[in-house]
Amino acid sequence: MEHRLSDPSALIPSEARPRLPRGVRLVHNEAQGGWILLAPERVFKADAIAAEIIKRCTGEVTFAELVDELAKSYAAPRERVLADVGALLRGLADKRLLEL
Amino acid sequence: MLHKPLGLLAELTHRCPLGCPYCSNPLALDAREDELDTAAWLRVFREAAELGVLQLHLSGGEPGARRDLVDLAAGAHVAGLYTNLITSAVGITEETLGALAKAGLDHVQISIQDSDAASADRIAGYRGAFAKKRALAAAVVRHNLLLTVNAVVHRANIERIGDMVDLALALGASRIEIAHVQYYGWALKNRAALMPSRAQVERAAAALSELRSRHHGRIVIDAVIPDYYARYPKPCVGGWGRRSLNVTPSGKVLPCHAAESLTGLEFWNVRQHSLADIWANSPAFNAFRGTAWMKEPCASCPRRELDFGGCRCQAFALTGDAAATDPVCQLAPDHARVAQLAAVQTDAPYAYRRM
Repeated sequence: MEHRLSDPSALIPSEARPRLPRGVRLVHNEAQGGWILLAPERVFKADAIAAEIIKRCTGEVTFAELVDELAKSYAAPRERVLADVGALLRGLADKRLLEL
Repeated sequence: MLHKPLGLLAELTHRCPLGCPYCSNPLALDAREDELDTAAWLRVFREAAELGVLQLHLSGGEPGARRDLVDLAAGAHVAGLYTNLITSAVGITEETLGALAKAGLDHVQISIQDSDAASADRIAGYRGAFAKKRALAAAVVRHNLLLTVNAVVHRANIERIGDMVDLALALGASRIEIAHVQYYGWALKNRAALMPSRAQVERAAAALSELRSRHHGRIVIDAVIPDYYARYPKPCVGGWGRRSLNVTPSGKVLPCHAAESLTGLEFWNVRQHSLADIWANSPAFNAFRGTAWMKEPCASCPRRELDFGGCRCQAFALTGDAAATDPVCQLAPDHARVAQLAAVQTDAPYAYRRM
């Protein structure tokens, strides 16, 4: 775990185009009370912000563009959005739930 | 509060070409003529989705033994379920796999019995099984489906966990389950022939930790703990009647796949009841739901909602009392019995699972 903080290769390249692989799906489910990321034999509850981030992982926009857009729509400092979104996406990629 | 189930395991059939001595199916297998038909399964899938189920596991036996497998996968997809195929790979052709992918299948889990072909075929009781698994795994990846490799480990293959992870990586899997045998049904019958030594279990735990750090980010390594060497029990199916349900080939609905080993429970059948009715009202589901049924030391234990007293089937198998604390727990009155049973080990031939 700790190597992720210090290892520069663990950072997400600006030009990466994150996307969910086939077999990983974000769904909204009333019965289960919200957004859920469905993956092989695993189910993750996603809060509203995580869901907004994951929804943008379509393989069309780059990581840099995604951060720009989120910083703008949430009126948040870019540095902070970069760190938060980077950590979320790196965590997903390490679990093989996201392709970069 | 009544939780909504997240997962449904559909045992489409008990028919299977393999004879694995740790098969999770019951000793008394359902015959082909008693299996639910296509329409009944499709109704179960729709009812499951309405009940809140998110993930459907098409399993068996070997689900490929069902001629209607593609129709079933298509119906599950239309119902909105995330659909997972759990297969031995023997009996699924590349053509069937292509049709399944087209029908909306989300994920495939293929079992391997060992990383060594001869040993794998011996454990499966089927010559040539290993080669078929490799071929289907390659086809899964070619169809751009995510692949999980499931490896059940025991005294005959536990030394090769690292090779099994390498094999999973070579096959293109994104995930591997290293599952120590759970001793119910066929595995209970073969317990001494499957039981690893304590030294083997310790080496396996060290290997697993090293493999996880070495392959971090490349493959997810999930593990099922070796019950008989554990200090606390596993939270069986995430709590009885809390997260999942299991439908047998003939339509009985169980809280877990081994629940029929508990004598005296009344299971309802999808032929007579809706899934929602069964989930809320069937006597079997309510028997051990929540914590009110617990005895000491569980009843006042701070872990009671972490592991829910452990596994009911294991408590019954080892003590004769389904409401006892799972003896795997170091706090259980019968805990010493587990070590005695684990010490009984043999390299004698298996009693293979057969119909």
